[in-house]
Amino acid sequence: MFAYYFQLGLRSLRRNPALTALMVMAIGFGVAASMTTYSVFRAVSGNPIPDKAAQLFTPQVDAWGPQQNLKGGEPAEALGYIDAMALMRAHQAKRQTLLYPVQLSVIPGGDRDMPLNATGYAVTSDFFSMFEVPFRYGSGWSTQDDDARAADVVISDVLDQKLFGGADSVGRTLNLGGHDYRIVGVASHWNPRPRFYDLFSTSGFADEPDVYMVLNRALDLQMRTGGRNSCRGSLDFTTWQEYLQSNCVWITPWVELDSPADVAGYRRFLTNYAAEQQHAGRFNWSPNVRLRDVVQWMDYEQVVPPESRISLAVALGFFLICLVNTIGLLLAKFMRRAGEIGVRRALGATRGEIYAQYLIEAGTVGLAGGALGLLLTAAGVGGVGVLFRPEIARLAKLDPSLVALTFAVAIVATVLAAFYPAWRAAHVQPAWQLKSS
Amino acid sequence: MNIQIRPILVALRRHKAGTLLIALQIALTLAIVCNALFIIHQRLANLSEASGVDEADVFVVANYWADVNRSTEQVDAQVRADLAALRQLPAVLDATPASGYPLRGGGWDNFVTKTPDQVKPTTDAAVYTGDEHFIDTLGLKLVAGRNFRPDEVMVMGTQQAITPPTAIVSKALAERLFPGGDALGKSFYAMGTTPSTIIGIVDPLHRQGVDSSSNSYAGQALIWPLRADDSKGIYYIVRAKPGQLAAAMREAPKALFAQSRMRIIDPKDGVQDYATIRHKVFDSDRGMAILMGIICAVLLAITAAGIVGLTSFWVGQRRRQIGVRRALGARQRDILAYFLTENFLISVAGVALGTVLAIVFNLWTMTRFAMAPMSMAYVGVGVLVLLLLGQGAVLAPALRASRVPPVEATRGS
Repeated sequence: MFAYYFQLGLRSLRRNPALTALMVMAIGFGVAASMTTYSVFRAVSGNPIPDKAAQLFTPQVDAWGPQQNLKGGEPAEALGYIDAMALMRAHQAKRQTLLYPVQLSVIPGGDRDMPLNATGYAVTSDFFSMFEVPFRYGSGWSTQDDDARAADVVISDVLDQKLFGGADSVGRTLNLGGHDYRIVGVASHWNPRPRFYDLFSTSGFADEPDVYMVLNRALDLQMRTGGRNSCRGSLDFTTWQEYLQSNCVWITPWVELDSPADVAGYRRFLTNYAAEQQHAGRFNWSPNVRLRDVVQWMDYEQVVPPESRISLAVALGFFLICLVNTIGLLLAKFMRRAGEIGVRRALGATRGEIYAQYLIEAGTVGLAGGALGLLLTAAGVGGVGVLFRPEIARLAKLDPSLVALTFAVAIVATVLAAFYPAWRAAHVQPAWQLKSS
Repeated sequence: MNIQIRPILVALRRHKAGTLLIALQIALTLAIVCNALFIIHQRLANLSEASGVDEADVFVVANYWADVNRSTEQVDAQVRADLAALRQLPAVLDATPASGYPLRGGGWDNFVTKTPDQVKPTTDAAVYTGDEHFIDTLGLKLVAGRNFRPDEVMVMGTQQAITPPTAIVSKALAERLFPGGDALGKSFYAMGTTPSTIIGIVDPLHRQGVDSSSNSYAGQALIWPLRADDSKGIYYIVRAKPGQLAAAMREAPKALFAQSRMRIIDPKDGVQDYATIRHKVFDSDRGMAILMGIICAVLLAITAAGIVGLTSFWVGQRRRQIGVRRALGARQRDILAYFLTENFLISVAGVALGTVLAIVFNLWTMTRFAMAPMSMAYVGVGVLVLLLLGQGAVLAPALRASRVPPVEATRGS
């Protein structure tokens, strides 16, 4: 029966071409607007490290106090040198890292004559295992290298391609900003979006970093942050040492905690640490700490750009209007055939059969709308660069799941919209219709 | 006309569903369209914000040092040599060192207080550093006071916090600090231990970012006489002679590389004119305006098409009834007026509901996205547009109805 009704549906598409075209267009435009904006929303709000997001936490300690901290009594979004180092030394988590962005120059060597800019992060050895950084050659460095303040670097495969033509460069020397470093690893393409681990300095969608270097080494070289630096009160430092002792925040800490008990334990440790600072007279306020996991942190940092949320909301409203429109048009289309329905009912068709026939007919309209919607979505996804920053627009893709979703949404929405018109059609009084025609 | 309204309302009760759907569609369309118009207007207003810079002739060179192991004195010597070389170029009028520039898309800002022990800041301000050429290079309008003297310019090395005793501020910052217009000669603190005295006021001067987080200090900026000789790099802002922008943009990097090759000027976007800078920073605003425009247009078209579709159906359904009325003496224009009035009544109900929805939607975006409250003018325009659209959409089917011949009354349904 389904095949027959489907055929009837296809045939009826041609019966009221104007009405049908209107419906197909409404559904097509509605579904395309929703799918295009959804593809961007999905790209920017996705979980960048799904299998570990629940084990990774960024600790916050309020070192500014209630009078100077951010809105709503929230502690600063990063740590200053003093607190960052204290957390690192206490070593209360299975794995932990500190990180801050660095900006470096790759000094020419061999046949290259122009220096290059390189961006990257100063990190500790756990960074690579915590965040599951994949390696093409070599690996990260060890905790011994952290302590030895080794001149080790991990470079990206993009930089490896640029400098060494993609060859295994492990063991080679690289001059960065006038200092020599030993390459210990080449990371395979790794650029989680959003960049959950550095939402303090980036909006979350920056290009892949070129270099990862030993944090202690960067500090020894007095390498200032290449990212954000946020301070309170009067600034009166004139040396690196004075800067380190200031209240400026610029280092992001991450810890890996496996069980709820570990999380509770680490939270207690943070509170105790803040309490100690209070007793020591460094803080004159009671402990104010946070321990957010990846998803909570992305929420708090409002990673999803407002353009993406607003346009998704507007597009959904747009789709809703298209569906209201479709209900009206389906009603008109079905009720025009009241006579035909009357005859079928009189000849013994049950209400259920009429219902089924008209819902399937609506489904065919939805299918046609979905096909148009798919074309428009493809155009829309190609055109998101007009609306969103290029680094975000690149993330929107028309993959098989989006194609399936486009059809599913178009068909399901149209069938839902057809419930009322089909109900009306099924309730046509056979006697009345027969009499009047 | 008046006498027709009651029978129309009675007749509408016979097709409740269709009436309700059209009214609902008009209501939703109104809610979306006037909010979209509001967003478009806001974004377009952003696009045309004045930077204060003479944008036609100014460009920016982002200069990074390749060799970072130099003392502040060495970096400063290089910066001075670079500036001298830039200022001598035939196509260049003037040049200044800078830590940032208007519309850069984020950058340095400091809290500003009126006293050194004040904990809650009075306001925030974008911080620019430059030498005595800064104002003339950018083409800023000095509306009060004077420019920096060469001997006032100080040097600030990496990771140093230095507060110069003098500052030039934007008029908006002057007004915020000292309402009443007597800011000249007064002092403020911008996260420094020593006060800065306002020696000049410029108007306007845009901040570096355009995002909503910096909206609270829109237009508020200060300039310090500082060469910030950061070991990472420096911006050179250059003003070309009138009409020689392209030539100056070609000459500048060559001149800098002739001074020293241990620098990095990105071949792609290391040298940018202000048209590019403005285009980049307002990219998402422009995109939002375009998207909202498209959505509005398609939405109105779909709503109009929906009205045409449903009214055509009604006209088809009521041919016999119309024929009877015509046979009983109704003129063509009476039939036309009937359908126009019917649509008008439905539309009025729709826009009434739509006005409420529009305000609710705006309140939601206000709490969710920190948007401004919408002026009722947008709702007014939206109501007018939708009423006209409704009348326009119903015109064709109504005309068709008016041409139904009286003989139709004698036919079977």
